[in-house]
Amino acid sequence: MIRDNGLASRLWRFAIWAIVALFVLNLLGVILAVVVNSLSTRWLGTWLPLGWTTHWYVDAWREFQLTPVLIVTFEIVFAVVVISGLVGVTTAYALARRDFPGKRLMVLIFLLPLLLPPLTYGIPLATVLYRLGVGGTFWGVVLANLVPAVPFVVLVMIPFIEQIDPRIEQAARVFGASTTSLFVRILLPLLLPGMLAALLLVLVRTLAMFELTFLTAGPTSQTLVVSLYYAVFASGVRASQSIDAMAVVYMVTTLFWLVIALQFVNPTQIVARSRQQTANP
Amino acid sequence: MSAVAAGSPSRPSLRKRLSARGLDATTLLVLPGIVVTLALFVYPFLYGVVDSLVPKQGPWFANYLKFFSEPFQYDTIFATLWLALPVTIINVLVAIPIAFRVRLMRRQRLLTTILVLPVTLGTVLVADGLLNYLGPRGWFNRTLMFLDLIDHPIRLTNNYWGVFASLIITGFPFAFLLTLSYVTGIDPAIEQAAATLGAKARQRFTRIFLPLLAPGLIVTFCLAFVQAFSVFPSAILLGAPSGPTRVIAIAAYQAAFEQYDHSMGAAIAIIMGLVQLVVILAVLSLRQVFYRGPAAGGKG
Repeated sequence: MIRDNGLASRLWRFAIWAIVALFVLNLLGVILAVVVNSLSTRWLGTWLPLGWTTHWYVDAWREFQLTPVLIVTFEIVFAVVVISGLVGVTTAYALARRDFPGKRLMVLIFLLPLLLPPLTYGIPLATVLYRLGVGGTFWGVVLANLVPAVPFVVLVMIPFIEQIDPRIEQAARVFGASTTSLFVRILLPLLLPGMLAALLLVLVRTLAMFELTFLTAGPTSQTLVVSLYYAVFASGVRASQSIDAMAVVYMVTTLFWLVIALQFVNPTQIVARSRQQTANP
Repeated sequence: MSAVAAGSPSRPSLRKRLSARGLDATTLLVLPGIVVTLALFVYPFLYGVVDSLVPKQGPWFANYLKFFSEPFQYDTIFATLWLALPVTIINVLVAIPIAFRVRLMRRQRLLTTILVLPVTLGTVLVADGLLNYLGPRGWFNRTLMFLDLIDHPIRLTNNYWGVFASLIITGFPFAFLLTLSYVTGIDPAIEQAAATLGAKARQRFTRIFLPLLAPGLIVTFCLAFVQAFSVFPSAILLGAPSGPTRVIAIAAYQAAFEQYDHSMGAAIAIIMGLVQLVVILAVLSLRQVFYRGPAAGGKG
């Protein structure tokens, strides 16, 4: 490491760390404000609330019917994870192992849903889904969420599959493995770490996916984040503590899976999508 | 020999010819993914394009004409750009020096984990938190008053600044983490070589890193811009959705789901996509100016 110890560069270094500290402080402040408010009896015009209570969680659970909302959320998220895993891994396998005409175009088509903002394609998609009668239903939400999830799995898995030596598969064939046993005994164990990372990332992203779910969800197919949006939107109706209690429930749900996901992936991977593998040699 | 083929004996079977071009049973595994993407992405997108050209009344371009003749509608483009461009420029510009510092840090993991929180939690939660935090009685205003920087609370929610803050909170970590992944991809030996040859820190940055980093920064800018441009929930919750933060996403949503004019909604969504495309193409054209080549160095 090369270090310059002049005054100007020290000031510069100090300024950079000051900005980082300020940002992190504000970020933690935002998150902490939600948590503190959800636990407060009354919090107006003071640094900390007058008293502490947990009864807002009971209220929020009842008022926002969090049991069915949570059940629906996990059903949707797991359906998306399973389907995008099955479809994405098979597609990625073919794209990683074979070179065929039109492959570049295909990869481009898979890249587009990840680059476009969900709202641009979400509005026509929701129109089509409503016209077909699945809009507002459980499967409508699942189908809409598959649009970014499948390409995501494909693009994360392609470099992962490429680095598995194809000779391993050929060797298994030579020794007489059938397609099924090749898949179950050779490929699956090798693919498992990559699949786990990709699917956990899909899980976290689907939990937090607001736009597509918002556009396609009906009253019985809202996920937690959409219910939270409606609660904040109508914030005059309920106590703010109750809304924040729901926000904490959402936060805990998402962070639980984020913590698990971070055991397998680097935080930069959540943002950098598939580029991470190529960016770091 | 002649028993093999009915046609020309030297010609291999169709199956062999296809597999020579990379088409065999394994290639067919691509089908489920293609079906899903065609049915759920390409078809709805084309449907939206056609739908936008079949307005409720008037000629085929009536939706677009309506959008560009009503200030209430076309002003949303400027309202969105007025939010998205400054935010993206700030996020990317601040992310660069910080990424350069953090690259040298031994324990990056804690910082990157903290910064990935707002990206993961999403705009709705951040908006909810900021409503409290930036509100007139929130910690932010209280701290500023405590430090005697202001004497009465400043209004930071339900206006432009609320949305601005939410885009910084979710957008900066995004830009930073992307930049960091590009910065760490540059071989440190290149910098050491430049330093050995006597380049000062500023020269090392402008002459070595910036040219190597430019393509990555442009991609970062584009992705960060697309995110900021499609701001939606926080513009409603934290902004003034009928005033200065009536962004184009709100206009599209209202047309499609509040006035039930899906044709108009599709038209606005397409205009939204086109405006982004224009900005992205403008930024990408900058790319030609810069160096393109290996950033890894060493043994090639």
